[in-house]
Amino acid sequence: MTGFAAIVRRDLRLALRQGSDSTMVVMFFVLTCVLFPFGVGPEPNILARIAPGVIWVAALLASMLALERLFLADYEDGSLELLATAPPPLEFVVAAKILAHWLTTGLPLLIATPLLAILLNLPSEGFQVLIATLLLGTPTLSLIGAIGAALILGARRGGVLLSLLVLPLYIPVLIFGVGAVDAVIGGFPARTHVLVLSGILAVALPLAPFAAAAALRQALE
Amino acid sequence: MKLSRMLLPWAGGLTLLLGIAGLWFALFDSPPDYQQGETVRIMYVHVPAAWMSLFCYVVMAISAGVGLIWKHPVADVAAKGSAPIGAAFTIVTLISGAFWGKPMWGKWWVWDARLTAELVLLFLYLGYIALIHAFDDPKRGLKAGAVLALVGLINVPIIKFSVDWWTTMHQPASVVKMGGPAIDASMMVPLLLMAFAFKAYYIYVLLLRMRAEVTAGKVRALRLRQAHGAV
Amino acid sequence: MQGSIGEWLDMGGYAAYVWPVYGIAFAVLIGAFIHSLRSLRGEEAALDNLLRTIQLEREPDGEA
Repeated sequence: MTGFAAIVRRDLRLALRQGSDSTMVVMFFVLTCVLFPFGVGPEPNILARIAPGVIWVAALLASMLALERLFLADYEDGSLELLATAPPPLEFVVAAKILAHWLTTGLPLLIATPLLAILLNLPSEGFQVLIATLLLGTPTLSLIGAIGAALILGARRGGVLLSLLVLPLYIPVLIFGVGAVDAVIGGFPARTHVLVLSGILAVALPLAPFAAAAALRQALE
Repeated sequence: MKLSRMLLPWAGGLTLLLGIAGLWFALFDSPPDYQQGETVRIMYVHVPAAWMSLFCYVVMAISAGVGLIWKHPVADVAAKGSAPIGAAFTIVTLISGAFWGKPMWGKWWVWDARLTAELVLLFLYLGYIALIHAFDDPKRGLKAGAVLALVGLINVPIIKFSVDWWTTMHQPASVVKMGGPAIDASMMVPLLLMAFAFKAYYIYVLLLRMRAEVTAGKVRALRLRQAHGAV
Repeated sequence: MQGSIGEWLDMGGYAAYVWPVYGIAFAVLIGAFIHSLRSLRGEEAALDNLLRTIQLEREPDGEA
C-alpha cells in the first residue's frame, strides 16, 4: 500500500511542479464551453438544452489533453523500465499513475464545473447529477485513456492517434453521463444511468491497468 | 502458404458463384416489398454488409488475441489483413444505409441505432489500422494493435447497448428499425446468398492479403540480411 | 419478374437509390480486391527480384 501511495505522491509532485497540465486542461474546458454561446447564440433556453452535453463533451476532450504525457516522460527518461522491473506489479504502478492523473485533471474539471453550469444556464435540478456523473465518469475516462496512452508510446504522431483510439471507447460513458443529467432535468429518475456508469467504472478499474500494463511491456521490449 | 495457394481458386470461384446467384435473386428473382417497394433491394446489400462488418471485427480481434497470447504469426497476419476488408464492409453499410434512408425518411443520414453503431465501428477499424502502421517496427505495431482490438472487442457490446439506449432516450419521430419489419421468406434467399457471397469474398481477399503480408515479411528479412552483408 | 427491362431498371421509381448502392458496393469491394491483388503481385515481384540478385551475387557469370 505504501508503494502505491509513494507512486501517487511522486506523480503528484511532478505534476504540481510542472503545473501547466492542470491549468491547461481546465482552461481548455472553460474555453470550449464558452465557445458554444458564440456558436449557437446566447438564448437561455437553447443553452439550457445543450448545457449537459456541451459540458460533458468539453470535459471529455479536456481530460484527453493530458493523457499523452501520462507515461511519456517516464518512458523517455528510463524510469518506466525501472518501474516495470521493481517489485510492485506494473498493473499496480499503472493504477497509481492513473489516480495521480485523475487528481490533476479530472478533479480540477469537477471544480470548474459549477462555474460552467452557470455560464451555460444549466437547469438547477441537473446540477447535482452532473457532478455525480462527472465524478463517476472522469476516472473511467482516465482509465480508458491510460490504455491509449500506453499503446502510443514510441508511435509516430501519438497525440492525434491517441484521440482516434480513445474517443470511440468514450462514447458509452458520454451517452450515460449526459443521459443521466437530461433525465433528471426532465423529471425522470437517473438511477439506471448512474448504475451503468458505475458498472462501466467497475469493469474498467481492474481491466484498464491490466491492458495498459500489457501495452507498456510491449513498449519496453 | 501452400494451404492458401490451394484454397485461393476455390474461394475465388465460390465468391463468383455466390455473388452471381445473390445478385440474380436480389435484383431480379424476388418480389418488391409491399411496404418499401423496390428499395428493399438495398437491404440485400446493407444487411449482409452490416453482418460482415461485425464478423470481420470479431475475427480480427480474436486472431489478434491468438497472435498476442500464443504468438502464432499466421494469427497476426490474419488480423492485419482483415481490418481493411472489415472497414470496406462498414463503409458499404453506411453508404447503403444513407441511400436507404433518403427515400424512406427523406434524409441522407439519421442517427438510428444501427447506423450510429456502424459509424463507431468504422472509427474502431480506422484506429486499429492507424495504430498498426504507426510504428517503425511492424511487429510492435501488430502487438499494440492486438491489445487495442481486444479492448475494442470488449467494448463493442457496450457501445451497441449504449447506442441502442441513446436512440430510445431521444425518442425519434418514427421509431422504425433499419431492418424493417419481419423478414419474409422470399427475402431470405437473396439475403442469405448475398451474406454467403460476402463471406466467400472475405475469405478470398483475406487470403490474398495474408499471402501478400507473409511475402512482404520475407522481402523485409532478405533485405535486412543483405544490408548486413550476410547473404 | 414481370414487365419490361425498362421497368426493371426503373426500380419502381427508386432507381436513383437502388443502383448507386449496388454500384458503390461493387466499386468498394472490387477496389479492395484489386488493391489486395496488386500488393500481393508487388510483393511477389519484389521477392523474385531479391532472390535473383542474391543468386547472381553468389555465382557471378558462371564462376562458382
